[in-house]
Amino acid sequence: MMAGLYGILWQEAVVFKRKFWATTLGNMVSPILYLVAFGWGLGGSVQMNGMSYMAYIIPGIIGMNTMMISFSNTGSSINISRLFYKTFESYMISPINMTVYALGKIIAGALYGVYSALLIVILVSVFTTDLVITPYFVLIALLNCLVFSAMGFFVGLLVNSHSDMSKFTSFVITPMSFLCGTFFPVDKMPEVLGWIIYVLPLTHTNIALRSSGESAGQMALHVGVLAVYFIVLFILGAHHCKNVE
Amino acid sequence: MLNIIDLTKKYKNVTAVDKLNLTIEDGEFFGLLGPNGAGKTTTVRMISTITPKTSGDIIINGKSIDRNLTEIKAKIGVVPQQNNLENEMSAWENLEVHGMLYRIGKDKRRKKIDELLEFTELTDRKDDLAKNYSGGMKRKLMIARALLHEPEILLLDEPTVGLDAAARRKMWDLLKRLKSKGLTVLLTTHYIEEAEVLCDRVGLINKGKLIQLDTPANLIEEVGKVTVEYFDDGSTHEEFFRTRDEANTYAGSLEGEVRIRPSNLEDVFLKFTNRRVES
Repeated sequence: MMAGLYGILWQEAVVFKRKFWATTLGNMVSPILYLVAFGWGLGGSVQMNGMSYMAYIIPGIIGMNTMMISFSNTGSSINISRLFYKTFESYMISPINMTVYALGKIIAGALYGVYSALLIVILVSVFTTDLVITPYFVLIALLNCLVFSAMGFFVGLLVNSHSDMSKFTSFVITPMSFLCGTFFPVDKMPEVLGWIIYVLPLTHTNIALRSSGESAGQMALHVGVLAVYFIVLFILGAHHCKNVE
Repeated sequence: MLNIIDLTKKYKNVTAVDKLNLTIEDGEFFGLLGPNGAGKTTTVRMISTITPKTSGDIIINGKSIDRNLTEIKAKIGVVPQQNNLENEMSAWENLEVHGMLYRIGKDKRRKKIDELLEFTELTDRKDDLAKNYSGGMKRKLMIARALLHEPEILLLDEPTVGLDAAARRKMWDLLKRLKSKGLTVLLTTHYIEEAEVLCDRVGLINKGKLIQLDTPANLIEEVGKVTVEYFDDGSTHEEFFRTRDEANTYAGSLEGEVRIRPSNLEDVFLKFTNRRVES
């Protein structure tokens, strides 16, 4: 099992190394734009929950960006390898357990998200000293990457065209990035919409990454919600992986 | 030995493979010859476990694919029709990953990779990215990859499709070298010459059904070794004869453009199906 997992991760590492600069620069564009537009531009005159808007928005940008990077890396990679490059078939015919394959691809996609988070942390150190990174912060960021990588894996297997991948992003990922507390607190939303938003994983990531004045129970709740999302999506992806043709 | 028993694949109302029965002996180079859409690739995909079969069984060295999936996967090498290499990786890296997935120990893996790069004449280009390879080189690399885990059966799905004449000849040389090693091979093709040059036995497949199965020489013998080809009523016709004399006599009775030539597997296919392979 470990040889197969190592093989998948080694392959991803080789490709990452080969595309290091393209990946690094590509991952930095969105966060820089958000930090400049909302942090410096809009944020100069706005206070949020008693803190500068820049300090407020940074954890949200980390949550949002890790979501997008993890989802798109795994989702696109699986979808393209299934429908275009056909590399997915070379794993199907190998003796590797497809659950191990799913795990390898999801971990690899999540590591892209972790790398993007690391880049943002380095970037924001130029803008502010407000960001405090705790072990809880790292745990939540990691869980967020795993959740959305697992979601990308499942969706990448499920949809049968590249345009459907874009539609999923437009209808699910993009709305989450704007509504789940990235730019403003969820409690500013109308009550019914607020409850719907509270069920979504990115909401828990954003609240947890800010983690201001929450009880241990609330903090554990966020971890629990993200863990459940990850487990369910992983099981769905691994199961579908064995049956996809 | 590969046994295919009543193998069937249905897609809604279409039967792509219809109760196919085949036995391929150890060390045999077996060809499945048929036109596009005959069911060759579907058969290979079912044996290589990519496409689930509707019914029937596939038995490799006495073990059914249904009950020994992981074990059987390790015994099959597959060269698909479409390139499925990791394009952003070099030839060596593609082979290295494959070796890891098949759990080949590092020392053995590296030694085998060097051997196979040599065998496929890719050693000098082993560090080039797969995406920069020509079509023929990609196909060679896929063969090297399929051989890396020392499979008992190699499935080659149209290994020369899309290659120019020179690259196809080179590929045949490679496949002949493979044949001399005594590996059991199932090759699908719609190229007549390829089947004649490489295969010990050939199965003719049309619309998912096996039409004939024998050595190329016996199949041609059965139809008639000499073909008289003539043009009449706006189309080309063929008649088959056992001897040159019979063919000459018949040709003498015809008017217009007449050609006498040795029969080939295309003629055999035409005789049994009224359809051409290379159409």
